[in-house]
Amino acid sequence: MAFEGLTEKISSAFKGLRSKGRLTEADVKDAMREIRMALLEADVNFKVAKDFIKAVTEKATDAEILDSLSPAQQVIKIVNEELIALLGGQTTRLTIAPNPPTIVMMVGLQGAGKTTNCAKLAGLLRKQQQRRPLLVACDVYRPAAIDQLKVVGRQLDITVFDEGQGDPVEIAKHGIDHAKRNGYDLVFLDTAGRLHIDEKLMDELKNIKAAVTPTEIILVVDAMTGQDAVTVSQTFDQALGINGVLMSKMDGDARGGAALSVKAVTGKPIKFIGTGEKLGDIEPFHPDRMASRILGMGDVLTLIEKA
Amino acid sequence: MGLFDKIKKGLQKTSDAVSRSLDAVFAGFVTIDDDLLEELEEALILSDVGAANAAKIVMEVERRAQRQNVTSALELRYVLKDTLLDMMLDNQPLDVSGKPAVVLVIGVNGVGKTTSIGKLAARYVGEGKKVMLAAADTFRAAAADQLEIWAKRAGADIVRHGEGADPAAVVFDSISAAKARGSDVIIIDTAGRLHNKANLMNELAKIDRVIARELPDASRETLLVLDATTGQNAVHQAEEFNKVAALTGIVLTKLDGTAKGGIVIAISAGLGVPVKLVGVGEGLDDLVDFDRSAFLEAVLPPLEGGIS
Ligand SMILES: Nc1nc2c(ncn2[C@@H]2O[C@H](COP(=O)(O)OP(=O)(O)OP(=O)(O)O)[C@@H](O)[C@H]2O)c(=O)[nH]1
Ligand SMILES: Nc1nc2c(ncn2[C@@H]2O[C@H](COP(=O)(O)OP(=O)(O)OP(=O)(O)O)[C@@H](O)[C@H]2O)c(=O)[nH]1
Ligand SMILES: [Mg+2]
Ligand SMILES: [Mg+2]
Repeated sequence: MAFEGLTEKISSAFKGLRSKGRLTEADVKDAMREIRMALLEADVNFKVAKDFIKAVTEKATDAEILDSLSPAQQVIKIVNEELIALLGGQTTRLTIAPNPPTIVMMVGLQGAGKTTNCAKLAGLLRKQQQRRPLLVACDVYRPAAIDQLKVVGRQLDITVFDEGQGDPVEIAKHGIDHAKRNGYDLVFLDTAGRLHIDEKLMDELKNIKAAVTPTEIILVVDAMTGQDAVTVSQTFDQALGINGVLMSKMDGDARGGAALSVKAVTGKPIKFIGTGEKLGDIEPFHPDRMASRILGMGDVLTLIEKA
Repeated sequence: MGLFDKIKKGLQKTSDAVSRSLDAVFAGFVTIDDDLLEELEEALILSDVGAANAAKIVMEVERRAQRQNVTSALELRYVLKDTLLDMMLDNQPLDVSGKPAVVLVIGVNGVGKTTSIGKLAARYVGEGKKVMLAAADTFRAAAADQLEIWAKRAGADIVRHGEGADPAAVVFDSISAAKARGSDVIIIDTAGRLHNKANLMNELAKIDRVIARELPDASRETLLVLDATTGQNAVHQAEEFNKVAALTGIVLTKLDGTAKGGIVIAISAGLGVPVKLVGVGEGLDDLVDFDRSAFLEAVLPPLEGGIS
């Protein structure tokens, strides 16, 4: 219910704009206030929302826009376009190493969806690019984490390398050696969930990175994350230099404002979205769809056309 | 360590913790003006209380300040604390008085259900109770194995079926086993499910009915587990889960990480479902009773040598 109310608010803000033949700066500012509220309710970080609104207001109150034939349409277009641009513009793929194996390290907070989604990604790339993936069990802390990885590996018929509860850095190294010796060209390191403020465990990730030089470090972020998405992604990025983001649990009804926050503060692209618990539930990320979702409209574009 | 200390420890590590941003607001002003109120609202939004709640809280703070003739920024800090305290529900401990008592644990994926159950089991075993865990998550990979490890750590019994079995059947069996063995508490682990998936929510309703039918007079807790990192969607989760199984309390996990906990205020003030337990780590004893005063003490600690 909270969400429908929001959608109404936004569309009424847009309708307000549409009903005016000419717009004043004040009209635009009123609409922007509504959009800012929508962004906040979608969990876009407060500071990110503030900057975004400022940038859009500047563009939208440009005399050329206000005096144009269809000012409302122009303003709405700007909001949508800026959001898409901020979300990265286009779909970004996973980098493949020139010399195999490609090594992908999955990191993130506890319960974000690392284990499930590294299996999903392995399955996806095997199907799309005929790769030979290997999953490496580097989570030696969480109860039954290795079993979990083995089960998803078995479900997809993908090999899992594990050494029980050993040292994650050594396991990663041995896993890569195993891949090289046995012709696996794509390795996923499933690491344990950890808090960004846990220095010891963050150091462990740095050590794994130093030991195996991953092709990509992917931060897995839960689409339901709130304001803290900014601090979390910033800290992971500063510590490790992440290459991209996977947004999990997009099959829920969260607006996913965290996506905007993460992209805005790290500058790193969101590459994939997780859309369910099943191992086929993964898709490339589309910034335009995400923009519509954050704004709370099934299809912003139709609104623009109607404007 | 109590809740107070654990949260405080977390707060010290998080540079933009709510306490710090709130304190920065109060330190930046001498008198109460619009800028102060606006910054206060920002700080509250940043702690995940939600934009609408933040506006409501600030309005109430302003109203009280006027009525009480509070004019200094420092005093306003205490007005805020009182306001938040009044908005949150009273502390309510879990009720596991009956024999067997049933604790049904539900929530979306990955929030900390299984871990919290392990911790809760350890607590009751420590109190001398006989605890039975029901592995009714038959869907997620190795979910039952994970619960079994916790059962061993805690010293609890467990009933589990094979992967893909009917969760309601696991619940039924665990109740029979608990009756036969004279268990004091049955704690039921369920699969994570998103509240917008009707079929999974129906499955939960079925589990709920089995409990009601098999143990009509048992004292019941239905706990919704929420991840403290979650934003505004948490409110929606609580509303939807409440529709299929009447919630008696919230377990708020991972408060050791964000230590913002604004969602506590949104849930407690907005939904009328009390937060009963708080998870502050991955260890066996990292589960504490929620205490709203202690929580607010951690968020807004008394100032050294300051007024109160
Ligand atoms: N609905 C839904 N559930 C998901 C998705 N991705 C993961 N999950 C579920 O989220 C829960 C946590 O996923 P895991 O893969 O175990 O997460 P993790 O990050 O490895 O967790 P830790 O290792 O404990 O830190 C599981 O119940 C998964 O089935 C998704 O895209 N949609
Ligand atoms: N830091 C921290 N981590 C926690 C806490 N509670 C749980 N976790 C971690 O969060 C992750 C998910 O916990 P689970 O207990 O598996 O969550 P769940 O809700 O049972 O997950 P699904 O069954 O997959 O839906 C694990 O890595 C836990 O160790 C907590 O209070 N603090
Ligand atoms: Mg994992
Ligand atoms: Mg579980």
